[in-house]
Amino acid sequence: MNRRDVTRLVAALLLSAPAALAETTDVTEIAITYIVDHPAIDAAQQGMLDALAEGGYADGEKLALTVQSAQGSMPTQLQIAKEFAGREPDLLVGISTPSAQALQSVAGDRTVLFSAVTDPVAAKLVETLETPGANITGTTDKQPFEPTLELIRTLLPEATTLGVIYNAGEANSVAQVEALGDAVGAFGFELVEATAAQTAMVPDAALSLAGRVDAILIPTDSTIVSAIESVVNVGTKAKIPVIASDTDSVERGALAALGFDYYKLGWLTGEIALRILEGEDPGAIPVGALDTQDLYLNASSAEAMGVTLSDELLTTATKVIQ
Amino acid sequence: MSLFAISGAIEAGLLFSLVALGVYLSFRVLSFPDLTVDGSFPLGAAVTAVAIVSDVNPYLATLLGTVAGGLAGLLSGYLNVRLRILNLLAGILTMVALYSINLRIMGRPNISLYGEETVFTPFEQFLGLGIWTNCVLLLIVAVAMKLFVDWFLATEIGLALRASGENPGMARAQSINNGRMTLLGMTISNGLVGLAGSLFAQSQGVADVNMGIGTIVTGLAALIIGETLIGNARVAGATLGCLIGAVLYRFFIAAALSAGVLGIQAQDLNLVTAIVVAVAVVLSQARRNRPGPARPALWQRLTRRRFQKG
Repeated sequence: MNRRDVTRLVAALLLSAPAALAETTDVTEIAITYIVDHPAIDAAQQGMLDALAEGGYADGEKLALTVQSAQGSMPTQLQIAKEFAGREPDLLVGISTPSAQALQSVAGDRTVLFSAVTDPVAAKLVETLETPGANITGTTDKQPFEPTLELIRTLLPEATTLGVIYNAGEANSVAQVEALGDAVGAFGFELVEATAAQTAMVPDAALSLAGRVDAILIPTDSTIVSAIESVVNVGTKAKIPVIASDTDSVERGALAALGFDYYKLGWLTGEIALRILEGEDPGAIPVGALDTQDLYLNASSAEAMGVTLSDELLTTATKVIQ
Repeated sequence: MSLFAISGAIEAGLLFSLVALGVYLSFRVLSFPDLTVDGSFPLGAAVTAVAIVSDVNPYLATLLGTVAGGLAGLLSGYLNVRLRILNLLAGILTMVALYSINLRIMGRPNISLYGEETVFTPFEQFLGLGIWTNCVLLLIVAVAMKLFVDWFLATEIGLALRASGENPGMARAQSINNGRMTLLGMTISNGLVGLAGSLFAQSQGVADVNMGIGTIVTGLAALIIGETLIGNARVAGATLGCLIGAVLYRFFIAAALSAGVLGIQAQDLNLVTAIVVAVAVVLSQARRNRPGPARPALWQRLTRRRFQKG
């Protein structure tokens, strides 16, 4: 193959990219992008699509859907955002902070909806949570830590130090730990931080807390949650109760979680999408947040970590894993 | 592909052509397999973003980002030359360290530049090119940097740098200080990468500590595609190849994103990248085995320069 052949091949490849689908007026186009494939992000997306389908926008019928993952790459995220902007869809949806920011930067007068952004104000997506302004709104996965701290206090009346493991490179996690730091004082805890930049470093971070803390709290941090088993392992051996912030982790061995269901968050996002599609001004729709938290308990982990679960807790729990 | 997608591909391509130029200097000219770039790219972005939100002039902020990138390269060079750490490891060490350093610099993992004044904003009104503003500005920057590298590698120091990378023993015999050449080359190389990171943050409106992932792969892919198309016998050709290769690579991705080409989807991009690079390497090997134009007589030119000067 000589140089000319290569050039021809490249030209052929580029030209064979089909033109955007022919536009029909009665089909609503929604383009969704997210930074990386992750169970929470998938759940949020599914919840949103289900809510849209319930509201009369089912994929393939009234809805033309495009979904693209940036594979963890910011340059690709930028290109996806540009590609989406060129499609002129009715709604641009960014799940996760960097995806929402990329869409915002190319949006112009198009409408952007975001989901699973922990601090939309710090990310400069919205002016305030109540009135986002411009043509952007969405849902936040920021959860109040007070109920979880109260739960830990109920489980461990004597505890004084609380360990937290998170990835300091994740904007969402840092926002959570800051909020946690502000909240612990009122419950009489002292916060001890440990960080892990990659999944492989989670066991070391957990070990570093052994002997220094009375309980370990895991925020909704994808790096740590991916390796929750290694934290549970340390917790079992050192008799330190491990409390998670997502219900999935309880099924994987964490003692308890007042969890946050990303599917429900996605559903809420879908409801906001419906309001926008019906003509409401996105800038006037407050950023949505979930106010319900489901209590999941793991009875065998409780025993292994040396905690007795009261009957009262067991009856209020949404689910108890044996 | 829509015009937007095309402008996005060109924009990202031109940004990464700066990375490709840096990678060309380290991998090809210096023969230094440098992995610092995965750290110096977000470093340039971090320094610039912090400077801009602290109300520093965006041009000065860009310069600071570039200098920071250069210092990262100098550090890798120093680890290799003075502390005698293997070049590959020296780059990896700096890259790993930069993750923490970038977090320290930014104070948090993500800084949004949305609504801030950047080097691009003054031209948006002034040029009236709409979505093409960034492309035009980046084309000017990329061509300027290409010409800078061309010019630099033709100066006496530049020739010495090439000689040192091509045959260190022979270069030493010509009284060239190989260590110093490595330090200089690595500084310039990563300065270019820092500039790319700085401009990337400004064009996309965000600096994120994780944005460096895969920079080296993209830079190498661009370099290799360029070499396949144009060859690397001459510096001017190789640097032009960096520009064309980077833009072309981003067009491959845009084509994949436009959905439909051979059923490729965004999820498959990493696989596409690997295949594109592998094919390009095979093609460039086939090309190398064919009789081609003779390599310019680097050593002759170097001796002539030195002789004229002496």
